[in-house]
Amino acid sequence: MLTHLTAAKLAQRLHSRELGCVEVTRAYLDRIAEVDPKVGSFLLVDRDGALDQAEKAQSLIDSGEHGALTGVPIALKDNLSTDGVETTCASKILKGYVPPFDATVVERLKASGLPILGKTNLDEFAMGTSTENSAFQLTKNPWDLSRSPGGSSGGSAAAVSADLAPLSLGSDTGGSVRQPASLCGVVGFKPTYGRCSRYGLIAFGSSLDQIGPFGKTVEDVALISELITGNDPLDSTSLPTAPISSRDLKQGSLKGLKMALPRELFGEGTDPGVAEAIQLAIAALVKEGVEFTEISIPSVAFGVTTYYIIAPAEASSNLARFDGVRFGLRSEGQGHVGLVERTRAEGFGHEVKSRIMIGTYALSAGYYDAYYLKAQQVRTIMQQEFQQVFSEFDAVLCPTSPVPAFKLGELTQDPMALKLLDYCTIPANMGGMPGISLNCGFTNGLPVGLQLMAAPLADEKLLQMAFNVEQALPSATCTPPIA
Amino acid sequence: MSISITEVRHVARLARLELDESEILSLQGELNALIGHFADIQVIESSGIEPKSHAVAMQNVWSEDVPRNSLSRERAMRNAPMSRAGLFLVPAIIED
Repeated sequence: MLTHLTAAKLAQRLHSRELGCVEVTRAYLDRIAEVDPKVGSFLLVDRDGALDQAEKAQSLIDSGEHGALTGVPIALKDNLSTDGVETTCASKILKGYVPPFDATVVERLKASGLPILGKTNLDEFAMGTSTENSAFQLTKNPWDLSRSPGGSSGGSAAAVSADLAPLSLGSDTGGSVRQPASLCGVVGFKPTYGRCSRYGLIAFGSSLDQIGPFGKTVEDVALISELITGNDPLDSTSLPTAPISSRDLKQGSLKGLKMALPRELFGEGTDPGVAEAIQLAIAALVKEGVEFTEISIPSVAFGVTTYYIIAPAEASSNLARFDGVRFGLRSEGQGHVGLVERTRAEGFGHEVKSRIMIGTYALSAGYYDAYYLKAQQVRTIMQQEFQQVFSEFDAVLCPTSPVPAFKLGELTQDPMALKLLDYCTIPANMGGMPGISLNCGFTNGLPVGLQLMAAPLADEKLLQMAFNVEQALPSATCTPPIA
Repeated sequence: MSISITEVRHVARLARLELDESEILSLQGELNALIGHFADIQVIESSGIEPKSHAVAMQNVWSEDVPRNSLSRERAMRNAPMSRAGLFLVPAIIED
């Protein structure tokens, strides 16, 4: 089946004219129509727009002006602004909002001729770990429809896992690309902070947010990363560096690589099935010549706490823009303040309100030094400790998530338990490091993700290591029963 | 450290969120659960450590002062829930 193909193979067949762009895009749209009612990945399918872009992609190919992925369709998390196409952040407050501009990544996809299939579900404003905080629908894990796909980019992860799109984009503030990739058995990559422009990504925690891709293979993720990264004058935190190159992806070897295993990320909270799959992967990599050393990174133990001060603090400020005046929902109230308070009361879901509250509290007079300032200092300590680690090691290896996919509804009654699951992914956001999750095995039929992290700006090296790890693990690429 | 109902109301006012009684109670519980964890980092010795606002911080990002096109007023206002004559409408703030 055409929709089983990797993005790299699709591109090859499109560019050799074995397949046509409209034919490929139509195949995905048809599959979405057939399968997505069961999965719930998409909030919006842009059939006409995608077919129109596919025709344009075909003319690029016909004139020989195509790029590496021209004609390969893609799905976008619904917090990426798309000109003329509704963008909701899975929030009632943005229902009906149609951006008047494209995010930089969207502009780059369009320029290169990647048809955009539609917008995928997420936890409201990307706040969550299960996609259950969406105001509109549940997304199911393609490996077991009674389970969560993870989050917050659960729709984008499930879409690639269920063959509804060969590629997708998400955003990662504390693990929102890597964790759902792990739970859905696909590859998810968060580049170094600043390598991918955030212009047009609706902001959550600006100092942590980074757009990242999902794919079936490390190669697919590397190819799309090359397209969406690179300096952008419209984002002042965008680094003045070249796009992430995939040129040397298939070079190098695992032999002699030094990888660190931080004790703090293999704690007692790790599910035994996850721990076993990771240990089997480590054993396979040892055979390939990787040298592992158990180490300690003490500040990692404080990652979740630090994150749940910094991210909500930034969110409380970023979400102040939703006031019922310039865009989005407007509810009438007493006077101007009443209008703003009522609009936000009716527009935001519970988790978003909770995070705005905690962030406002952490930034309020009397608490700023004890919480926000302290958290920023812990971030510095964490960065220094990781810098030390990366002066001795090529990569850090750990589980992406301490647990496999959990049942829908299982953790919604205990928001704190859900937050505590983020401890393996948060460090890469705190340190700005690139991180990637790829499937390394299964426990009770559910995928287990292995995470690799490297030093900031070592994105190419990280992708190359991940590519070689993928080759060494038999179960790295896999297909769920629904596909 | 714990947060009182009065403080929850005060923070909600600062955050411009109208909350009903049941929300105030459930948020008080959730906030206290998180704040309980916040105590963990108070034990870390951090005197003299520079706070970092970004992971990969950059400073003084300049751009040339060149005029370029921006969104038209019509496009920029297309999502406004209430507008008139190219202006956003808000309730009267100053009384007659």
